[in-house]
Amino acid sequence: MQRRLGAMDLSLAEAASLLTVEAADHLEEMAQAAHALTRQRFGKTVKLYAPIYLSNECINSCRYCGFNVKSSIERRTLSPALALEEAKAVIAKGHRHLLLVAGESPRAMPISLLEEIARAIRPLAAGLSVEVQPFDEAGYSRLAAAGVDGVTLYQETYDEGTYREMHPAGPKSIFGSRVDAIDAAGRAGMRFLGIGALLGLADWRAEALSLIVHARELMRTHWRAAISVSVPRIRDCASGFTPPHPVSDRELAQMIVALRLSLPDAGIVLSTREPAALRDSLLPLGITQMSAGSVTRPGGYTAEPGSGEQFHLEDARAPDEVAAMLAQKGYDPVWKDWDARLSG
Amino acid sequence: MQTSLIIAGKEFHSRLLIGTGKFSSHETMRAAVDASGAEIVTVALRRVDLTSPATDILSFIDRKRYLLLPNTSGSRTADEAILFARLAAEAGLGTWVKIEVVPEPRYLLPDPVETLKATEILAKEGFTVLPYMNADPVLALRLADAGAATVMPLGSPIGSNRGLKTRDSIRIIIEQARVPVVVDAGLGAPSHAAEAMEMGAHAVLVNTAIAVADDPVRMASAFRQGVEAGRAAFEAGCAPESECAEASSPLTGFLRDQ
Repeated sequence: MQRRLGAMDLSLAEAASLLTVEAADHLEEMAQAAHALTRQRFGKTVKLYAPIYLSNECINSCRYCGFNVKSSIERRTLSPALALEEAKAVIAKGHRHLLLVAGESPRAMPISLLEEIARAIRPLAAGLSVEVQPFDEAGYSRLAAAGVDGVTLYQETYDEGTYREMHPAGPKSIFGSRVDAIDAAGRAGMRFLGIGALLGLADWRAEALSLIVHARELMRTHWRAAISVSVPRIRDCASGFTPPHPVSDRELAQMIVALRLSLPDAGIVLSTREPAALRDSLLPLGITQMSAGSVTRPGGYTAEPGSGEQFHLEDARAPDEVAAMLAQKGYDPVWKDWDARLSG
Repeated sequence: MQTSLIIAGKEFHSRLLIGTGKFSSHETMRAAVDASGAEIVTVALRRVDLTSPATDILSFIDRKRYLLLPNTSGSRTADEAILFARLAAEAGLGTWVKIEVVPEPRYLLPDPVETLKATEILAKEGFTVLPYMNADPVLALRLADAGAATVMPLGSPIGSNRGLKTRDSIRIIIEQARVPVVVDAGLGAPSHAAEAMEMGAHAVLVNTAIAVADDPVRMASAFRQGVEAGRAAFEAGCAPESECAEASSPLTGFLRDQ
């Protein structure tokens, strides 16, 4: 297997072998290959983005999430005017790639409101993605027409039993709904498709392999779209959830490296859920996109703390501090990598 | 003294075009471009703030010294590439444009149909169009007919550093060329660039191999030398390759007058 590290066409069996306990003994060798492959394919650059939380209202009951319907946090949904203020505040810090995030609530955040917010923000942003409830193809087509060019939708867990246990009620309880929805987003012509498994819910090795299969399938089916994968680990949140399958730092590193070697062309996203020092160390293993200076509660960029956050953030550095770290490590921080006037 | 490269009536002394992506910093990029001796520098429009284009990456490229060649990378259709070119011209970035219509984000191979369409329309509008294309000789002829100022066939996929995998087709494109042939993409080492120049390519464009090198400035200089050596060899007239040995002192020389 060593000779095949860095090859562009690893089989699924080869990908699986990178995820084993035995492979962990060769982590440094794998990391070197992953680093070289990332540098070759993506250069010495990292794309920066920021989430904007539009609403923490949610009808789902995901056991690990701070926005869980039963969670007693203060609920809030931004108006288009307030969302625009948030966007301006984030853009003032340097960000141009924005990710709109909301819980699932057809009442609080109907698609018409999302469209309105996207149209308001789009002229200011270089890229505009959504991480919100699933829609069908017609829904995603509406969002695309409003200027949204990317959809992030995590499966959370690819293990069906765990999925049912973690999502006992609400529309999200249907296991296949999210795989179907990201496929619909691809059919609607979304330029960027992001998937991920929430690490800590089930065995990470199996989750990683499923993620590789899913990403490869999306690449085949939606060949025009750029696919990215995320590796969010469960953090403390208002629901007080303890992950049944915690993932260590070393295991997270092995997963990132295995994802890079198995998916040479996929973006790999690392969010501010992870502590600053760990993020900096994981960076060269294959990371291509990072959030910076994130706030995970609606209105958090412009208002004082108040409404509930989705999860606690570890890396509290401001965007320009993250950019300075990147430059210091030999990476060009990329704030703008597309143009608003070409979308929507 | 090597002959000059002429593109759209404009004379250049360097036959190495440089891309500006993937560098660790704008400062390194500027130093590498300087070391390369290039006179034409391409910049991805998607990286440029077209509402205030003098900021960020463009502030590191002296437009008095270099001809700026904006590229439309990231475009998936002719319409997007055309819009990009027009926005660049409006923003004062000139009317030279490298068309890159790359609908598939993994190998970044150019879409021939959309590239031809964008070239036709932009050439008619007065742009100087340099299209990135697969090494397809008939497409090269069609692009020249459509008004392309050069054709830019790929040696291998962008960023792959695999060299002239399309060598046989590039040979035909050069043979049939009515516009300069700039071999673009996949040149991973100065020897690859030299090989393209020895074959008679008019110029090459290099980005990844320089940007991701451990020392991009030295690598830029190495590519400069590779391109110059290859061109000099071409102009000097390379001896033809042969399958078998040919004695330099032939045994039948005495029959020359018979």
